[in-house]
Amino acid sequence: MLHVESATLDEAFARFDDRRENLIPILQEIQATYSYLPEDILRRVSRKLKVPLPQVYQVATFYRCFSLKPRGKHVVQVCLGTACHVRGGTRILERVETETGLSDVGTSPDLEFVVETVRCLGCCGLAPVMRVDRDVYASLEQAKVKRLLDRYRSGQRGRAARKGASGD
Amino acid sequence: MTDHHDHHAHLTDLEALERCAIHGRATLYPERIKIMVGTATCGNAAGAQEVLDAVREEVEGKHLPYAVAETGCIGWCSQEPLLDVWVPGQPRVTYGRVKAKTVRDILAELPEPKADRALAVMTGDDNPITGRRTSYCNGGDRPEATLNGLPTYAELPLFKRQLRIVMRNCGIVDPSSLEEYAARGGYRALWRALFSLTPREVLQEVQLSGLRGRGGAGFPTGRKWQAVCEATGGPKYIICNADEGDPGAYMDRGVLEGDPHSVIEGMIIGGYTMGAHEGVIYVRDEYPLAVARLSEAILQAQRADLLGKDILGSGFSFNIGITRGAGAFVCGEETALIASIEGRVGEPRPRPPYPAERGLWGKPTCINNVETWATVPVIVQRGGTWLAGIGTPKSKGTKVFSLVGNVTNTALIEVPMGTTLADVVNEIGGGVPAGRVCKAVQTGGPSGGCIPAEQLSLPVDYESLTQAGSIMGSGGMIVMDDRTCMVDIARYFLGFLEDESCGKCFSCRVGTQRMREIVNRISLGQGSEGDLQLLEDLAWLVGETSMCGLGQSAPNPVLTTLRYFRDEYLAHIRDKRCPAKVCKSLITYTIDPVVCNGCGACISPCAGGAITGEKKKLHTIEQAKCTKCGACLEACKFDAVLVN
Repeated sequence: MLHVESATLDEAFARFDDRRENLIPILQEIQATYSYLPEDILRRVSRKLKVPLPQVYQVATFYRCFSLKPRGKHVVQVCLGTACHVRGGTRILERVETETGLSDVGTSPDLEFVVETVRCLGCCGLAPVMRVDRDVYASLEQAKVKRLLDRYRSGQRGRAARKGASGD
Repeated sequence: MTDHHDHHAHLTDLEALERCAIHGRATLYPERIKIMVGTATCGNAAGAQEVLDAVREEVEGKHLPYAVAETGCIGWCSQEPLLDVWVPGQPRVTYGRVKAKTVRDILAELPEPKADRALAVMTGDDNPITGRRTSYCNGGDRPEATLNGLPTYAELPLFKRQLRIVMRNCGIVDPSSLEEYAARGGYRALWRALFSLTPREVLQEVQLSGLRGRGGAGFPTGRKWQAVCEATGGPKYIICNADEGDPGAYMDRGVLEGDPHSVIEGMIIGGYTMGAHEGVIYVRDEYPLAVARLSEAILQAQRADLLGKDILGSGFSFNIGITRGAGAFVCGEETALIASIEGRVGEPRPRPPYPAERGLWGKPTCINNVETWATVPVIVQRGGTWLAGIGTPKSKGTKVFSLVGNVTNTALIEVPMGTTLADVVNEIGGGVPAGRVCKAVQTGGPSGGCIPAEQLSLPVDYESLTQAGSIMGSGGMIVMDDRTCMVDIARYFLGFLEDESCGKCFSCRVGTQRMREIVNRISLGQGSEGDLQLLEDLAWLVGETSMCGLGQSAPNPVLTTLRYFRDEYLAHIRDKRCPAKVCKSLITYTIDPVVCNGCGACISPCAGGAITGEKKKLHTIEQAKCTKCGACLEACKFDAVLVN
């Protein structure tokens, strides 16, 4: 069950005032903390910002970066931008799915990975690419995928394991 | 990022700006050896952070008196990670595909870098703001010499045709240094606008320049600005559209990560011209590094009196905030983007009223793209007629393109408008990889189309690309070789558009879905000839009856592939054959018994475990298990895997 860390939510509320335009930034903060948007928290956001719950739900389901379900520990984003598509991105995706025991995008049965597709990471010159947590991997080949994911599985790499990879 | 001292506490006069620039020059062109590593997102993906760590370790560990700096991306993507060495009085030496373990060897050669490991040398840099060239070779009094026979950037096909106005500082300055931006003439245009020009005069320069919006549609920037100037009611807003959603395009990321101050300066000048005091930069969520570098730059500008109240003592106030996107392609459309800033779902609304009249919070708003804003300081500093002298009669200035896909030199490049596609692909890009044939160039993202290789003589300008059925778009240029299936490409873009359609217009929501189903059917070998007519009808309908640009241009990928590659559709339909050998239902993988030497390299990569065979004996693929992943083809070094 979800353990609601009120402190984090209060922090998010404190950083943004109650104006409606802060709905998306607040949801982004919550998503970053919990890796999804828990329902009870959405209710609190709705009350706090005085935005009707259906509208909060509408925003939460419209944008790709939000999830209403808990997600795997490591976020694997396989880029399917045009350059990656032309250079075999779909095959990388299929290999990632095979390696994580998935038949489509989603959270792997062992909850280690959530596999997503992303529309373009903007590293087209080095296609095909994918991002795991905050690390972007370039010029991928199918044969490299397993080894790469195993490093995350074994905990050698993880969230913020490599500082500066994305600049924050 | 490198720490910079707060030399620029308050820039209250021109002298302070000069002082700031002097400090910048001291780090930009120091009197000691300088090592630079390109650490934009793409560089990092290729391992730039490891290279940078290795450089720092070496320099600190051996107490070497070298300066170490980060730069943005110079655009030479295929050679990343890039490391540059600058020895005072000598050209800057560029090393490509640097590995952490080779850093020690490169540094060991200093102060005399050797040619065998390096790619090229930069003998100086051109600055469109000042119109001057800074020579790196002994203060410029000696003819610019290369080093040990290395090609200079000016000789390299990749760089020699480029003209860098938007990317003027990318790969040159440290993006975290306001001083280095100032040293390159930065904020001089803002100064000029605030103290020497009236808002009316700035507007005139922008109009004179003939600049058109770089986000894709090419609306004249001067006309948009005029509309906002003339709009009644306030407060007015300035927005920078950095929701770079087109797949295969990363020009904006390059500028934001490599030279964030150029965008900020452009926006402040825009605010002064149009009487706005608040600006918003809407950056896509997928670009965390761009957000970080922009935030840092905004903070620096605020501390230096370049943003905030009473900028530089001029009496004019302006501030900028950042809004992070949340992953919706349609938010690149201006009315959807505004809705998203306001905290709502990113659904477009009908225009008029245009944002110039009723934009953010219902107030007059000027939305321009990253490249457009970054061009503004150059226009103000050099004059509108200067920019108007570059390009074609109707498309002025330069355009940045991401040259990617099946091309030898994948790169971020900036060329004058009117350069032909052939020059871009074959000369700058070095053509498709050896042994392949160029089939098409895709421009304009999902709103654009595929231009066939026969039409590469087309000049790159707004009108020519539109005439060919594509669009300029934001600047993605994806080269496709003969291994690309055009039916598959149409299916790819339709899948994209179906996913990203906001769903407001029925024709776009359902039309993209139906079109995708039809093209999917064709790719499975289940299409009929009538499907092509149906596709054309549907495409026309979706284009005519959708409200925003996403739906209106959604037919382009389908119509251009149908127009130029109809035979390929027919091969899928009539012969149940995919000529490019891409569509999985129409191909089989087998192993050539004559060529296979039984090395076993294909066995473990096989996703389906379909390949069997003893060592040094012929391997075979069990068709029932083959997932057609193509891993065997990638793994085989002897070309023994056949695709038919």
